[in-house]
Amino acid sequence: MIKRYVCCLLAGLLSWPALAQFRVEVSGVGLTQLPIAFAPFRGDEASPQKIGAIVQADLERSGQFRLIEVAASPLDENARPDLFPWRQKGADSLVTGSVTRLADGRFDVRFRLWDVVRGKDIGREGHVVVKGDLRLAAHRIADFIYKTLTGDRGIFSTRIAYVTKSAQRYDLWVADADGENSQSALTSPESIISPAWSPNGTHLAYVSFESRKPVVYVHEVATGKRRLIANFRGSNSAPAWSPDGKTLAVTLSLSREGGSQLFTIDIAGNGEPRRLTQSSSIDTEPVYSPDGKHIYFVSDRGGSPQIYRMPAAGGAPERVTFTGIYNISPALSQDGRWIAYISRVNGEFRLHVMELATGSTTPITETSADESPSFAPNSRLLVYATKHQGREALMTTTLDGKIKARLAGQVGDIREPDWGPFQNPDN
Amino acid sequence: MSMKKFVLVMGAALLMAGCGSAVKLDSTPVEDRSTGAAVTDTSATAKGGVVPVDAGKSQQGAIPAVSRLVYFDYDSYVIKPEFQSLVETHAGFIKSDKGRKVVIEGHTDERGGREYNLALGQKRAEAVRRALGLLGVADSQLEAVSFGKEKPAVQGGDETAWSQNRRAEISYR
Repeated sequence: MIKRYVCCLLAGLLSWPALAQFRVEVSGVGLTQLPIAFAPFRGDEASPQKIGAIVQADLERSGQFRLIEVAASPLDENARPDLFPWRQKGADSLVTGSVTRLADGRFDVRFRLWDVVRGKDIGREGHVVVKGDLRLAAHRIADFIYKTLTGDRGIFSTRIAYVTKSAQRYDLWVADADGENSQSALTSPESIISPAWSPNGTHLAYVSFESRKPVVYVHEVATGKRRLIANFRGSNSAPAWSPDGKTLAVTLSLSREGGSQLFTIDIAGNGEPRRLTQSSSIDTEPVYSPDGKHIYFVSDRGGSPQIYRMPAAGGAPERVTFTGIYNISPALSQDGRWIAYISRVNGEFRLHVMELATGSTTPITETSADESPSFAPNSRLLVYATKHQGREALMTTTLDGKIKARLAGQVGDIREPDWGPFQNPDN
Repeated sequence: MSMKKFVLVMGAALLMAGCGSAVKLDSTPVEDRSTGAAVTDTSATAKGGVVPVDAGKSQQGAIPAVSRLVYFDYDSYVIKPEFQSLVETHAGFIKSDKGRKVVIEGHTDERGGREYNLALGQKRAEAVRRALGLLGVADSQLEAVSFGKEKPAVQGGDETAWSQNRRAEISYR
């Protein structure tokens, strides 16, 4: 514990002062991290959003990069820097750039990425954006750098949804993947839970208690138009989109014998639910596999809640989790390799990740009230809810749990995160 | 629940039922919170002891002057024997007016996931619904819904609070 603490403290001391606001916790040694250095961008001092700091925080939070601190004068994208001193400091890559306010009030954000080891220019980009999109421009720069250096798509310009609670007010927010730039999609005096992004990122399905019972809405984020999709007798909850966006799996209790059972609803159809499970136990929290062939869900049919898998059209379920007596809230990675879930261990609720092919399971946290894991669309990060110093907070973590960051942007209780899809075909 | 607490709860319930026939307590959880404050001191929201009242509805005088709350053990949806007479009293009352609609709201304590707790609360609500049905109440008069852990009666992270949050509320609409 002491060792961990010192490790975190050191990481804190070494990190860029400007990054303090992002609260990145490094709780392990990441041997495969890419060392990268940033020269201050020309004009960043005067920019309403500090582009360099946002890009650095994105890369650091990904767990794949180690920031090399070098005191330097600003270098823009046109500079031909002497790379030797950067190499001496241990950097493999260097980012230079500029932020220029144009006559029409927009901002021209440019950067260049250098391979310090080979002494080569390995890419440049520019974004002309309005002031409100400066953070987005920074996230796109981080995506470019991430893609160029790791080969995987970056998730920094994606969005997450989450819910905040303050006194008797609940808000459903849409925010940047770093938790900033949040916009309220829904305000309610009653609880909102289980937001779920449609596969194309235009709609959110969620459970609202505004009518004094749980019902499921589908809500178009850009227009605020929403539609009651499940408002049957009893409770309506746990919406999950099929990968083609045409079907919503939900938990309903409308059958004569009651109970929470899985149904599907054709979104464009007449709204009639089709029953998927036939049990006298609790069946809930459905989630589709990325190929759409299976539905993973939670059931207590074996006496305690465990995660099962069945064909997406219904059929014989097979059990997925075997360790522990309480495993809930499954989330699947887009690459189909991983399942994240919450397991109760000695009375504490902790995020776990299982490699589906091997069944090998890793506990990711040492907290006690984790909830609602959701994978980033590149399958490299998770967002989840937990309690931090008595308040509900959102964290991101790498799949090995070594790099965690508390999402900024909101005060008070934050919960129920869902990570949205990639926004552009090839960002 | 100890006998002393039980008497206090019943006393509070009777006291509120007797508060006047012209007003309806707003949502049942609001009533609960004050009940919790009477039993323990753990509620952070009850300082000052003011019970908000919604004068918009006016059936309260007719509702039986007994508790509308059935409490459950952890992870359980079995109705304990001590709540049988309470359920019977409500069954008789609901049957006496076929036009009466009742929603049974299931609740859980704060531990565990929101959706799984929603399903657990549904089981509790349905246990009470089934018990009322066995006593002859028409199914068309009853709806079982769940709030999961979204509407705790009492704030707090210990068994005192949890035990009061694991409940089904018989709510007259």
